Amino acid sequence: MPSLKDLRSRIASTKATQKITRAMQMVASSKLRRARAAAEAARPYAGAMDKVLGNIAASVAGSGEAPRLLRGTGSDNTHLLLVCTAERGLCGAFNTAIVRLARDRAIALMNEGKEVKFFCVGRKGYDQLKRTYEKQIVEMVDLRSVRTLQFENARMIAEKIIALFDKFGFDVCTLFYSRFRSVIAQVPTAQQIIPPVFEADAAEALGGAVYEFEPDAEDILHDLLPRNVAVQIFRALLENAASFYGAQMSAMDNATRNAGDMIRRQTLTYNRTRQAMITKELIEIISGAEAL
Amino acid sequence: MAGLHLEFVSPERVLFAGDVDQVDLPGAEGDMGILPGHAPLVTALRPGIVTVFREGRREPIVVIGGTAEVSPAGLTVLADRAVPREDFDLSTLAGEIKDAEEDVADTTDPAQRDKLTRHLEQLKSLQSALAS
Repeated sequence: MPSLKDLRSRIASTKATQKITRAMQMVASSKLRRARAAAEAARPYAGAMDKVLGNIAASVAGSGEAPRLLRGTGSDNTHLLLVCTAERGLCGAFNTAIVRLARDRAIALMNEGKEVKFFCVGRKGYDQLKRTYEKQIVEMVDLRSVRTLQFENARMIAEKIIALFDKFGFDVCTLFYSRFRSVIAQVPTAQQIIPPVFEADAAEALGGAVYEFEPDAEDILHDLLPRNVAVQIFRALLENAASFYGAQMSAMDNATRNAGDMIRRQTLTYNRTRQAMITKELIEIISGAEAL
Repeated sequence: MAGLHLEFVSPERVLFAGDVDQVDLPGAEGDMGILPGHAPLVTALRPGIVTVFREGRREPIVVIGGTAEVSPAGLTVLADRAVPREDFDLSTLAGEIKDAEEDVADTTDPAQRDKLTRHLEQLKSLQSALAS
């Protein structure tokens, strides 16, 4: 049976842990507010970009002049999975959920005989994928040193991907991230970004009219398509950041509560043990006195 | 007449969403005014001032590059960067011009240099427009 001193130190260490988890929860919740505002502010731009590109794509679709970035390479033998995860853990199943979605997709594709490559953004996803698919990871971007996410970060990633695409490194690129729905709900999401997929109703929005382009369609698409890739990645990263803090906040909230339960149980054991010892000592004294 | 539905967004935020009377855009090949019922159009934007006409007032917004799309549903402006004119800081523009000058000096590819020189001139004309 553990001595009273052991029990006391055990309670003290649980309390220390609880203090840490509570502090982490508070830090996460204040960072969440900022990350969430940033993610929500980025949504309209990404949405509008998607809509505009969808309309343009629908209007140039017939001409056969569309750039490769828009119509794809015409085959889908090589898939690039762009897996965006967090740099840190202690956030419940956040990273695992994204990686699992990507891995399921990879397995399904490989069963169809396709080639799969990975592009990891974030160390945690890289660590998990490395175990099984080390040879298939073509690139890994670490954003650990980045304090606040800028559009530049996303552009850098997009440039790498487009360079890879221009070298015929892959045919289809799919982005994996976690969409922020609420503090307790983060939805792992897959989004195909090269070639981009648009909603079906885009073609009807124009009502059969044809766009006038200034300067011309080629120039505009040449400008807009790489930008769209960057914008979609930027949005994914912002959503990821918000989701990460949300996941961390609820994970730390759970941890704090569990620590509280544990402290209560340990205190109970401690008090029982203490009482048992007092009773034992009393019995010894009384029986000693009676024997006299 | 029904108003023109304008959606004005930059990567960081939504600058404007709602119905307006007219929007003047700095198109890549010249300024243009967009009224309700404009024909479908897609244009690149040069650095310049977008003017939104609403309820008899003009709201100037400085944009640095972007794309505008007119569809039957309305006008969508995708600005690379956009700041309302009164909040615009001229010193950031000066820094931008300096960067652009360096870029022009650094490039060797003539086509690329043409493009950068044009960009630089557009920035300079924006600067003089804002200074006056």
